[in-house]
Amino acid sequence: MASFKGAIVVNTERCKGCGVCAANCPVGVISLAKEVNGKGYNYAYMAEPDKCIGCASCGMVCPDGVITVYKVKL
Amino acid sequence: MSIEDIIKPENLVYQKSKLLTEKPFHYCPGCGHGTTHRIIAEVLEELGVDEETIGVAPVGCSVMAYDYFDVDFQEAAHGRAPALATGLKRVWPNKVIFTYQGDGDLAAIGTAETIHACNRGENITMIFVNNGIYGMTGGQMAPTTLEGMKTATTPYGRKATLPAGAGFDGIPCNGYPLRITELIAQLPGTKYVTRQAVYNPACVRKAKAAIKKAFENQINGKSGVNFVEIVSNCNSNWKMEPVAANKWLVENMLPFYPLGDIKVDGKLVEK
Repeated sequence: MASFKGAIVVNTERCKGCGVCAANCPVGVISLAKEVNGKGYNYAYMAEPDKCIGCASCGMVCPDGVITVYKVKL
Repeated sequence: MSIEDIIKPENLVYQKSKLLTEKPFHYCPGCGHGTTHRIIAEVLEELGVDEETIGVAPVGCSVMAYDYFDVDFQEAAHGRAPALATGLKRVWPNKVIFTYQGDGDLAAIGTAETIHACNRGENITMIFVNNGIYGMTGGQMAPTTLEGMKTATTPYGRKATLPAGAGFDGIPCNGYPLRITELIAQLPGTKYVTRQAVYNPACVRKAKAAIKKAFENQINGKSGVNFVEIVSNCNSNWKMEPVAANKWLVENMLPFYPLGDIKVDGKLVEK
């Protein structure tokens, strides 16, 4: 079975920290940071980057379009 | 393999549509409006009709939708977006016209315009974002508010009729929630009527496919309204966190507003 490895880039200044991406990540990669961005929101980040499979579920549900997803086939 | 090796342009699988401007959305965190904006922009980009598109913005939370799309836009008076879209489509029949409206705009003040534009069978696309409340003005009861739902103007929950006791039982109070999508599906002027949601990735993909079909129908057809309802959340006025609001939407909104196609190619879908 082919396996995939992914990574996401979050536009932290645009992120509003709603947490919908973290709730919909099938492998639990995303968490909300303890730090805040310029607007005072706890932005999303890849807490466990090794688990990411690049499924783009986070990008599909993000209400602010802050997530860019990359994927490679191993 | 390090993260730097993965983050390369050739490995890109998903990014924000280029048809959305860099201006951050003013919507509350987790609001379904943002997701709906994003998928509309993606559909217009995929169809390659951004130069031919004119959107009509409503009054409500999405009143400043024209700031976020890199397509032509016109602002309508409250509820009058279908009337404006009718004019635009008749002056420019080759342009792609869509309205973007909320439930206070389309199902309350604009009911007459909505019903008559649908009954005339205008060749337009209407996107209806239903969150069951007046969001921008502070969470007052809308016609689409569910029975028992607490809002600023129904602090004890919406009641269709007055409760029993003191001889007033059965007297009309706040009325029943309005399923306007089912209502307009009965009109012969509508071609494609569907209800979708954007609370999880599967729903977003289905909603995107529905919006794409609504635009393709308009581009390939000559008449008939293509109507897409998006059942959305309003976490600020429901007074919940975004993830909890999505859960509440699944448990309470969806039983009353079931998802799926209601009318396809001018024929009602039998359930």
